Amino acid sequence: MATKKTLDVDAIRAEFPILSTLVNGRPLTYLDNGATSQKPNAVIRKTDEYWRETNANIHRGVHYLSQKATRQYDEAREKIQVFLNSRNSKEVIFTAGCTASINLVAQTWGRANLKAGDEILISTMEHHSNIVPWQLIAEQVGAVVRAIPITDSGEIELDAYQGLLSEKTKMVAIVHVSNSLGTINPVAQMIRMAHNVGAKVLVDGAQAGPHLRIDVQALDADFYVLSCHKMYAPTGVGVLYGKQNLLEAMPPYQGGGDMIHTVSIEKTTYAELPFKFEAGTPNIAGVIGLGATIDYLAGVGSELLEREAGLAERLDACFGWMEEREGELLEYGTAVLSDIEGLTITGTAPHKAAILAFTLDCAHPHDIGTILDNEGIAVRTGHHCCMPVMTRFGIPATTRASLGLYNTKEEIDRLAAGVRKVKEMFG
Amino acid sequence: MSVELRELYQEVILDHNRRPRNRGKLEEPTGFAEGHNPLCGDHIKVYLHMDGDRVADVSFEGSGCAISTASASLMTEAIKGKTLDEVEAVFREFQSMVTATGEAEEHPDLGDLEVLGGVREYPVRIKCATLPWHTLKAALKGEEAKVSTE
Repeated sequence: MATKKTLDVDAIRAEFPILSTLVNGRPLTYLDNGATSQKPNAVIRKTDEYWRETNANIHRGVHYLSQKATRQYDEAREKIQVFLNSRNSKEVIFTAGCTASINLVAQTWGRANLKAGDEILISTMEHHSNIVPWQLIAEQVGAVVRAIPITDSGEIELDAYQGLLSEKTKMVAIVHVSNSLGTINPVAQMIRMAHNVGAKVLVDGAQAGPHLRIDVQALDADFYVLSCHKMYAPTGVGVLYGKQNLLEAMPPYQGGGDMIHTVSIEKTTYAELPFKFEAGTPNIAGVIGLGATIDYLAGVGSELLEREAGLAERLDACFGWMEEREGELLEYGTAVLSDIEGLTITGTAPHKAAILAFTLDCAHPHDIGTILDNEGIAVRTGHHCCMPVMTRFGIPATTRASLGLYNTKEEIDRLAAGVRKVKEMFG
Repeated sequence: MSVELRELYQEVILDHNRRPRNRGKLEEPTGFAEGHNPLCGDHIKVYLHMDGDRVADVSFEGSGCAISTASASLMTEAIKGKTLDEVEAVFREFQSMVTATGEAEEHPDLGDLEVLGGVREYPVRIKCATLPWHTLKAALKGEEAKVSTE
């Protein structure tokens, strides 16, 4: 939802203390949000406060601190339920990260539902954490992993996808926003197509979480996973959303404390959702920090709305503003970088998030990264854990600028000036 | 541009990156190995022709950054004609130069290879400079292994 009011980006930047860092005497230009985003004061303060005033184990103590920690942990789950628009908070499982979430589904849903000859479809643009867990389970049960090809602009070949779907297809695991190309995939359509042959779909939302307003019900996703440190929350927290009936039918993943109902030496019964999948003491501080992140984003939405509104509406406003702004930055960045002779942008889908990956004819990404670093500019260089994408485009690596809600046109200008310096040296 | 960056990308390095020496494949090599840096995607192949314990010819192929390309190019120039013992000595000195901490020391024995000393200021780039050498070592081992099986 687009809003008319706009916000002062300097005020937003001021909430992210790390952005005032000087690198080699120059202001930090942080363009590596795809790897991890920076954290706002609200999140830093909340985790600090947790250690100082709240720390206790959850879901078991009768004492004051345990109840306080439990309440804040459970509240974070309620917030993520709204963030994803799941039917209820039992469908929200906290994990160690996106990778852990995908492995959980592959090893539990996969073990229970996949057999020899079944097919798992992924796409060529998946990052390794949405490839390897499927290869592992496929090897264990004799299933086959097949890849949906992508076009030269970095889009899913939907005809080829349709051709690959059959009654043998049991799982489609697809990235919502590509970390290496920026492509926003038509996941709602892809999910409908998969459901037509009876396949389940896991959507990897690692890069969608910080850029798009997600609605798992509208998408009709069977599973949806988030990497929270990429969306302004602390590291070490991920989310697995699953449809309740699927999660209930799945066997537990890891055994241990918190995931049991009763334990005897002969037989153990398991806890209800979501606890069945949260064995052991979770990352309590991280999850509570995540709760603070959702509040922070909702706060941005409040400023835009200038009136009382529920969490969902405030998140709508925040993401509406972010999508519009990041769209402008992407357009600006694409134009500015395309002006540089010898520079090729990798990933030119019409529907893209604010991710700009490129190669330069005269210099290797590693050298570009080092020279940009000297200018205080943080970018990612390498294969971005997407070796099949690099193979698809016939390149060893790219340089990637991935933007977040605090980035500015001035920073894109600095990036372009840095790239021109690389050209002076290597051209 | 900082002094460290100028030191890293010296003209000799840029030159070897633009015009790598001994780049290409050797037919029927007596030693061969592939090296790969999975972190950055650098890939290199080293080909050897040994004459007894002497490096009669050496070449490399691959894709990589300026540091790894220049390092490979300079390496081939430095070791051609040298005996295994001499190669080992150069390797050790090179290794100690690029991983040294503290004040930079002179390495007159290294000749042109000394220009790669600047990487010690860039810990993440040290592997770029050493990848060709580790690949060479593997190629030399292959040669020794072949010799020992015959």
